[in-house]
Amino acid sequence: MASRILAVMEQRDGALRKVSHEVLAAARRLADAGGGTVDAVVMAAGSVEGADQLARFGADRVLTATHPDFRLYQPDGYAATVSAAADGASAVVIAATATGRDLAPRVAARLKVPCASDVTELVAENGAVIVTRPVYAGKALQRVRLTGTPAVVTVRPNTFAPSETNRPGDASAMEVPTFGPRVTVREIKAPAQAALDVAEAPVVVSGGRGLREPDNFRLLEELADAFGNAAVGASRAVVDAGWREHGAQVGQTGKTVSPGLYIAVGISGAIQHLAGMRTAGTIVAINKDKDAPIFRTADYGIVGDLFEIVPRLTEEVRKARTGH
Amino acid sequence: MKIAVCVKRVPDTTSKIVIAPGGKSIDETGLKFVPNPYDEFAVEEALALKEKAGAGETVVYSLGGPPTGETLRTALAMGIDRAVLLESGGSPDGLAVAQALAAELGMGGYDLILFGKLAVDDYNHQVGPMVAEILGMPCITSVAHLTIEAGTVTAEREIEGGVEVSTCALPAVLTCDKGLNNPRLPSLKGIMAAKKKPLETKPAALGEPALEVLDLQLPPERKPGRIVGEGADAVPALVELLRTEAKVL
Ligand SMILES: Cc1cc2nc3c(=O)[nH]c(=O)nc-3n(C[C@H](O)[C@H](O)[C@H](O)COP(=O)(O)OP(=O)(O)OC[C@H]3O[C@@H](n4cnc5c(N)ncnc54)[C@H](O)[C@@H]3O)c2cc1C
Ligand SMILES: Nc1ncnc2c1ncn2[C@@H]1O[C@H](COP(=O)(O)O)[C@@H](O)[C@H]1O
Repeated sequence: MASRILAVMEQRDGALRKVSHEVLAAARRLADAGGGTVDAVVMAAGSVEGADQLARFGADRVLTATHPDFRLYQPDGYAATVSAAADGASAVVIAATATGRDLAPRVAARLKVPCASDVTELVAENGAVIVTRPVYAGKALQRVRLTGTPAVVTVRPNTFAPSETNRPGDASAMEVPTFGPRVTVREIKAPAQAALDVAEAPVVVSGGRGLREPDNFRLLEELADAFGNAAVGASRAVVDAGWREHGAQVGQTGKTVSPGLYIAVGISGAIQHLAGMRTAGTIVAINKDKDAPIFRTADYGIVGDLFEIVPRLTEEVRKARTGH
Repeated sequence: MKIAVCVKRVPDTTSKIVIAPGGKSIDETGLKFVPNPYDEFAVEEALALKEKAGAGETVVYSLGGPPTGETLRTALAMGIDRAVLLESGGSPDGLAVAQALAAELGMGGYDLILFGKLAVDDYNHQVGPMVAEILGMPCITSVAHLTIEAGTVTAEREIEGGVEVSTCALPAVLTCDKGLNNPRLPSLKGIMAAKKKPLETKPAALGEPALEVLDLQLPPERKPGRIVGEGADAVPALVELLRTEAKVL
């Protein structure tokens, strides 16, 4: 059976978000297993930067659905569009982002099909989609087979590496079905520093109570800066204390992150914190207590005073990355 | 204001997870169960909204086996007026649960239906918006800040690198995130009162299962890590490992 996989792209302010390439990589896997094709659907109010490059990241066809209400996320309009585009598809792949987590269940409910959220692995087997997903705060992995068609899945950011190939891409406009907007997104309030989000950054440097006071997070911002592609995260203890915004909290009641590199600074490693970062590629811990539980999860640890270690690390990382 | 809240019974998040024989579910022996933490934000919001309105009714729903009655009693002890237990065995998938809840909630004439943003056991993030779609109601998910004025809901939710502000009209479905409020603890008086509050039990009208659990496994152990050294002097060795071994630099 030649399958058709629908990959839902995400854009903001007219630019494709990086996670869209990951969604394409996941969709490509399903398509390639059955000699199928990938349609990428882009919803926006106007042209989208990067949409013409999607063939390179795995799209056989790019469908653009343009609507004036799509300047910001439009839950009802997106759900109507994706449901329409999913007609005849064997799977719909969506990013497990704030938008995607809102959208996927709406689409699934409209199509009366199941939805598997936050998947970290997926395969097509005999026409069915089988996914692996963390459950119980990452303390177990569940493998599920989706029996309805299409199978709707959301994929965890930073899990499926984008791959570039040369394929002839086709592009066409798709009509946006009429929808009654029940919800209207009015605006996006950006935080003071519009920084990389911890859920999507390739490197996350997180701080905990060991930093002693909010101003000391400057040390971590400098370290993040040295990496160039890092976001600053936080433990719940410091978020509850009001030192950092909730959006930066990593863990069970915060965000789940899977960066290539996670550096925990002055964080003890409580189970609820681990729930949010245990799937990181490489974990580094810096803690003055050699018995801190975080060292049991970390790949590399340095025991000692973070106030001495972090500035040195910033210096060495900068050297390693820039050569001076 | 007539408000419904959906609450799920879940294992306490600090519990150690043991896989049951058969390898498809967890071993529940000795596990402590609690109301899903995000659902407590929903319960609190319902209570606060009713208090503010000075009138109305709050009703809590849960779908699950007989022990789910305890979860409902906790919500009643916090102050919810009455409870409905939709009885079902096993762990049905998100769509099946949403269909059963929607069938019940649709008849209730609610101004507001509140959910948690996700259940900490299955991490589905689904049931609230699915119920909204089935009932054709507006829905805003992961709400961390809420105002309701003259029948209009204004809600804020966290998105990557910002806060999204949305509006919709009542009646509406909202799913609640941390930050929305500070859930109250049941008082002793509340616990006594809860024993006398109505708790109705009926069979759940579950939809067809559409997800088949193949297996459940503990995550692979991370390979044992190592202490690179002590103090700032260990930094060059760490950076070298990040470059050559982990290849992340
Ligand atoms: C229902 C529930 C949900 C939760 N959700 C989350 C969540 O999402 N995320 C989360 O993080 N937590 C969560 N928690 C809280 C969690 O249990 C811990 O309390 C919290 O993670 C501790 O934060 P911390 O590591 O910053 O602080 P601490 O545990 O106090 O650790 C501070 C660490 O800093 C080290 N230190 C101190 N000074 C220095 C120094 N000069 N140099 C180096 N190291 C130093 C100490 O040795 C210590 O290990 C949750 C708890 C519950 C009950
Ligand atoms: N069995 C259930 N009974 C009542 N409410 C539920 C049940 N399962 C999920 N919910 C509600 O749906 C929300 C999201 O759950 P989930 O989609 O499973 O992550 C929860 O926070 C509850 O409010």
